[in-house]
Amino acid sequence: MIDVNKCTTCPVHNVGNLKKLGINMKNYDYVVALAGNPNTGKSTVFNNLTGLKQHTGNWPGKTVTRAEGGFEYNSSKFKLVDLPGTYSLLSTSTDEQVARDFILFGQPDVTVVVVDSTRLERNLNLVLQVLEITDRAVLCLNLMDEAKRNNIKIDERQLTKDLGIPVIPTEARQSVGMQDLINAIFEVASGKFVCKPYRINSKSIELSYAIDKLSQEVKQAFPDIPNATWVALRLLEGDQSIIEAVGTGELGNIKQVNTSLEEIKLKVESI
Amino acid sequence: MNRTNGHNNEAILSLANNLRWEIGENFHDKLMESIYANATTIAHKSVTTPIEKPTFSFDRALDRIVTSPVLGFPMMFLILAVIFWLTIEGANVPSAMLASLLIDTFHPILKDFSFTIGLPWWLGGVLIDGAYLAGAWVISVMLPPMAIFFPLFTLLEDFGYLPRVAFNMDNLYRKAGAHGKQALTMAMGFGCNAAGVVAARVIDSPRERIIAIITNNFSLCNGRWPTQILIATIFIGGAVPAHLAGLVSAGAVVGIAVLGIVFSLVVSWALSRTVLKGEASAFSLELPPYRPPRVLRTLYTSLIDRTLIVLWRAVIFAIPAGIVIWLVSNITVGGESVAEIFINWVDPVTLIIGLNGVIILAYIIAIPANEIVIPTILMLTVLVTSITGVGSGDGVMFELDSVTATEDILMAGGWTLLTGINLMLFSLLHNPCSTTIYTIYRETKSVKWTVVSTLLPVVMGIAVCFFVTQIWRLVVGN
Repeated sequence: MIDVNKCTTCPVHNVGNLKKLGINMKNYDYVVALAGNPNTGKSTVFNNLTGLKQHTGNWPGKTVTRAEGGFEYNSSKFKLVDLPGTYSLLSTSTDEQVARDFILFGQPDVTVVVVDSTRLERNLNLVLQVLEITDRAVLCLNLMDEAKRNNIKIDERQLTKDLGIPVIPTEARQSVGMQDLINAIFEVASGKFVCKPYRINSKSIELSYAIDKLSQEVKQAFPDIPNATWVALRLLEGDQSIIEAVGTGELGNIKQVNTSLEEIKLKVESI
Repeated sequence: MNRTNGHNNEAILSLANNLRWEIGENFHDKLMESIYANATTIAHKSVTTPIEKPTFSFDRALDRIVTSPVLGFPMMFLILAVIFWLTIEGANVPSAMLASLLIDTFHPILKDFSFTIGLPWWLGGVLIDGAYLAGAWVISVMLPPMAIFFPLFTLLEDFGYLPRVAFNMDNLYRKAGAHGKQALTMAMGFGCNAAGVVAARVIDSPRERIIAIITNNFSLCNGRWPTQILIATIFIGGAVPAHLAGLVSAGAVVGIAVLGIVFSLVVSWALSRTVLKGEASAFSLELPPYRPPRVLRTLYTSLIDRTLIVLWRAVIFAIPAGIVIWLVSNITVGGESVAEIFINWVDPVTLIIGLNGVIILAYIIAIPANEIVIPTILMLTVLVTSITGVGSGDGVMFELDSVTATEDILMAGGWTLLTGINLMLFSLLHNPCSTTIYTIYRETKSVKWTVVSTLLPVVMGIAVCFFVTQIWRLVVGN
């Protein structure tokens, strides 16, 4: 059994030297998105990594817009984007759309899904949806202190195996586990850790047939996109923006859509 | 990406159409079912939960009290009342200290300095009696209450109480035909209406979102708390024995805040039955666990993010307003100042609604920021009633040593308990500040709804003040 506490105090462990960059995020190397259910502590993780003082509050729906900040680790610069909390990526409210569009079109290098460890099963619904959209993700098992308080034990190695992405237990309010989280983000961003994300397998035969068939077609038409299954799901759902993107062939150029999304950003704090 | 051609894409879309028919209508449900089933499988492999549930859960016990159908609302009012009482009682002393420092000490020094360097009287007037005093007044009157109110409110928020408020309220909003989450945006509006309007994004349906935006202004924002607190202290607190004054005035402020919630429910109800017809949509509200508030961090963020930013905004707006006040009081037409002409002109009309010309002029000057209404009112009152011995000339904003002195001035200006009540009501029901109006436009992208949100509260304010005045005069006499 390795004593984790000794590791975090060991100088070798901290060799990367985290540098909090605040809002100074010019010339970043990687874009990291923070997604998760409402009230799981995304903004607290965000503040912890960037050194910013984004207002946090113990209630769902506090962040309705994107907040951005930066940090430097192992001489790589990361731009961190705090997305509004969402239960799912399949509905149509504005806050969910901000999150979904960013993960889909913004193509972050790493998506960190922050989950409430005391409500893992319910939170996994969003994790699975995120893993349909992106290959590169890290699961942040936040609020571990509350899980411990409730005697909930989570086998994170089993979870890593099942989900195919790094799983990091944290207590962001107490800054516990942040170093491991940063390291995991770095490893996924730099390609040291190759994710093999779990993909949803459907119980319904006609559903999985339809998804397979359609996603194959999508893959053929747009070989460069990482999330053909997700596009297929959205097409089956009848999502107008995706239907349009396919119809005009714009789906192949999704990188460009990112710039127009910048306009969604709204500065609430200046009020 | 020229590998793709139009024909291919059309084929994909038609395939999608066909497949959608094959799956049938409940695609979404089937998909969600699969996702849930997958999540359950994965979670069961790695999560171990204790077999026997803990016999006592603090969270559940507390929730049973604060969200109880019987105790929920009284608890809410009690918590609000305690916060206001602490704010009112705690702010008096530091306010007086700041005022004596900034106004009694620094103002004469600056004045002397301007004489020494030979500044023309009008420039000294505009800069020192106008701009400086306005800024100093706002700081001394607003900083102490905010420095007490915001940390307390933020601690409550950090602890997890706000979702419980929403939980208590959501049923009422749903019955009013609005979205239950409007309770959350309303709670947010208690801090700042502009933030509350932005927070309405959590509401999916455009109809219910517009309702939430229009009615957000009925949440008393932090710019209006000081007005409410001061007027309540003077008129409501002044009408009861001294030892009860703090409690009763805190109660009056809570009353106005609750009245605001009632108005937001009534207006939501009216809107959803007329121009914004529709069914209330369902939603789930998660009650987060209570978390021990991090006191130091909360103090830091609420002081930096809220108090100082709001204060800075108030000062920025107060300085030009101070200049305007000085100018309208010192520019004369035919022996009377512009301010006096306006006040005498609107006075007869405004008396019908139980206000006076001074209040109306103060609200016009203070459109950019609600925070400076009270200083403007005091200054203008002194001007038209020509009280001697206070202030230091026309158009000079001043701070009074005590609430009693403020009361004397207002009484001399013909103010009664009725005027005080009406001012509190009008402060609740009038147009949003310029920032909020702009935010409403940005969020709705509609001139129509922006105008509705702006004018509706003013019309209601005038109507309410009118009825209160008429009934008061019938019952109490003049």
